[in-house]
Amino acid sequence: MGTEESKVLQVRDLRVQIKTKNGVATLVQDINFELKPGEILGLIGESGCGKTVTSMSILQLLNRKETTIEGSITLKGQELNGLAEKEMRKIRGKDIAFIMQNPMNAFTPVFTIGHQFIETIRSHTHWNKKQATELAVESMKQVNLPDPDKLLKYYPFQLSGGMLQRLMIAIAASLHPAIIIADEPTTALDVNNQKNVLHHLDRIRSEYGSAILLISHDLGVISEMADEVAVMQHGKIVEKAGVFQLFDSPTHEYTKKLLNARPALYLEEPVINLI
Amino acid sequence: MSLLQVNEVTHSYGNRTFFKWQNRSKKVLSDISFSIEEGTCLGMLGTSGAGKSTLGKVILGLEKPQHGQVLFQGHDIYTVDKYTRQKIRRDLQVVFQDSYSAVNPRMTAERIIAEPLENYEKLTLAEQKRTVIELLERVGLDEKDLKKYPHQFSGGQLQRINIARAVSLKPKLIVLDESVSSLDMVTQTLILELLKELKEDFGLSYFFITHDIKAAYMISDTLGVLEKGELIEYYNSKNQFFTSKNPVVKEMRGSILAEHPRFRSIRARNNHI
Amino acid sequence: MITSIRTIFKSQKVIPICSIILGILFIIAILAPWITPNDPIAVNLAYKLQPPSWDFPLGTDHLGRCNLSRILYGARISLGFAILIFISSLAIGLIIGTFSGYKGGWIDHILMRFCDGVMAFPSLILVLGLVGIFGPGLSQVILALMLVQWVYYARMFRGMVLSLKEQNFISAAKISGSSQWKIIKNHIIPNVLPPLVVMGTLEMGWAIMDISAMSFLGLGVQSPTPEWGAMIHEGKSYIRTNPELMLYPGLSIMLVIVTFNLLGEALSERYGVKRRF
Repeated sequence: MGTEESKVLQVRDLRVQIKTKNGVATLVQDINFELKPGEILGLIGESGCGKTVTSMSILQLLNRKETTIEGSITLKGQELNGLAEKEMRKIRGKDIAFIMQNPMNAFTPVFTIGHQFIETIRSHTHWNKKQATELAVESMKQVNLPDPDKLLKYYPFQLSGGMLQRLMIAIAASLHPAIIIADEPTTALDVNNQKNVLHHLDRIRSEYGSAILLISHDLGVISEMADEVAVMQHGKIVEKAGVFQLFDSPTHEYTKKLLNARPALYLEEPVINLI
Repeated sequence: MSLLQVNEVTHSYGNRTFFKWQNRSKKVLSDISFSIEEGTCLGMLGTSGAGKSTLGKVILGLEKPQHGQVLFQGHDIYTVDKYTRQKIRRDLQVVFQDSYSAVNPRMTAERIIAEPLENYEKLTLAEQKRTVIELLERVGLDEKDLKKYPHQFSGGQLQRINIARAVSLKPKLIVLDESVSSLDMVTQTLILELLKELKEDFGLSYFFITHDIKAAYMISDTLGVLEKGELIEYYNSKNQFFTSKNPVVKEMRGSILAEHPRFRSIRARNNHI
Repeated sequence: MITSIRTIFKSQKVIPICSIILGILFIIAILAPWITPNDPIAVNLAYKLQPPSWDFPLGTDHLGRCNLSRILYGARISLGFAILIFISSLAIGLIIGTFSGYKGGWIDHILMRFCDGVMAFPSLILVLGLVGIFGPGLSQVILALMLVQWVYYARMFRGMVLSLKEQNFISAAKISGSSQWKIIKNHIIPNVLPPLVVMGTLEMGWAIMDISAMSFLGLGVQSPTPEWGAMIHEGKSYIRTNPELMLYPGLSIMLVIVTFNLLGEALSERYGVKRRF
């Protein structure tokens, strides 16, 4: 139970500082958490609390000239902090996949989605175009995108937000990554699409054993998906607990405030029983 | 007489082409009829693309529908004369979804909130300032925010300013077009609570457009469901939403996320897989 | 060394330094009658082509006129009329462009097609053509420049108004009961002007160039009025013996335009304003 090898991602004493006109500002500090295969860690907090900075530092996408990252980020035992850009590029997309908040911005408008999907696959594998296309189509079918062969020829602006988000998941999942970082994957979507997207994320988790770092400000998303939850405020993790424990007996004041601030449905029975 | 009466409103886009055979019009609203009584809030649910925002614009008098009428306090807002229109205008206000684009970035908070007052009330400068300060405090802001510019406020604070502007003339009906959808959870609840209080204090009526069922439920008395431009359901009591057998509504109910992990439906209840 | 020059240009000190230089130039232009040592148009062939001396700090030209005095008076014309052209073409462009953009419909179509037509010609050719019709002279050149310049502003303002019109705060203003004119005055124009202040500095440089170019060609200022472009024109014949006759006005033009351009670039970078080309 819980030997070093069973943790796929380990973040220890992460601290990120940025150089400003007035000196050095600390964006996040004392960040400690870990991901086990097939587990979902929910990261919750208000905008500006440091959630995105944390995920960006795992991906090593922060501006190296302006920001300093201290601490250890190990992926399957390999240290990511300070890794050369060339090595990092092999890891991004293949071992760590990233799903962004706004699907519209995730794609280049001037290339077809097929082009972008296949390019991503081929940059991490040695497959030819035909094999990559087959994999792309297969992944798209798994997220219930209709007519994948036709869809590959479309441009991003021709698809709706929900479809683009599912496409991002398809790309993220196609290479069976060890970790998926999903940054507010449902925020830009309609309620109808939200559950679909979460469902697909869970399927990838159970089929491929990917661990997921799920960032959201929506407690509903966390309730549905997380195993463990870390609550962030002002750049620090103020509480970390299993999801049931967090909802039943929160300890930190901020967590209590978050839990009380949900627009609840004030029903006697849980909604699920009425469907 | 209902405060707002919408009769058989139908509307399409894309009609202004030179050649008839190029007519690629898209029907956005079909035969919509409903009413809102004074002091009540109608929550209008629907997915994006269902036509909710267009309906909001039609009701506000910004977009004339191709067929149908919009009767506000008995007046058909698209056929009355200019003078009457200006008069009823003051009782019909709006709070848009994006708080930043709804304010002039070069105006201070004071001027933004004072604009309706300038147009309708003949107040002295001192009286106007006093009123604006009262409004600011009522929505949870402060006198020192008077001279600040929009970029100095957060999204939630700016939305409070939009609300202050909307209630400044003590209107009868406010159209809330996804007014809390762009805010984070905590702020959403705070703003919804503020809106509820204002509704009680001033006897306001709301037309609350949203795709978020929880938010609609919190503030509405009656509910409507818009799907592909049609009003497929109208509930006089919001509880009926949860007992309705309409398949679209059923699907909507199914998409509500759990409030507590023990109600989760996506992952197994015993999370050991 | 290259990097240090680049850092100087990148630093924020550009804005205050350029502003000070321009401020000094403007003061000089205004105070010209009081600070020039000699009468700029006084001809005295006895003193022609003299080197710098106490009486004539920059020497004299081929007609014995004081070079320094002519440069200082020339500043009045170049700077003064550049401002005049800029402000008047801006005002015309603002009114027509805003009106066209806000109204839309066939008014917008007609006005913009007209602007397109004017813009199809290279501006200098059009100015030459107009001056050909009006005849040479400073006021004719200024009129011609104004008539050609406003269409660019009109197009620009119209574009800005079009994107502004869709913003929610315009709808919100309508719902607050504001009239069309109130909206244009309080919401459209204040949002359209600020980028202009920045662009204005770049446009001023062009205006000075245009006046000087016209005068150089002999079409603008007429003798004996001192103007930098005209002075270059007159100094052409003496380029072998007295190159300073061309250098002094040439350097003055360069100084003013470069200062304006540096200021404009720094301002547009600082405030994120895009240029028209």
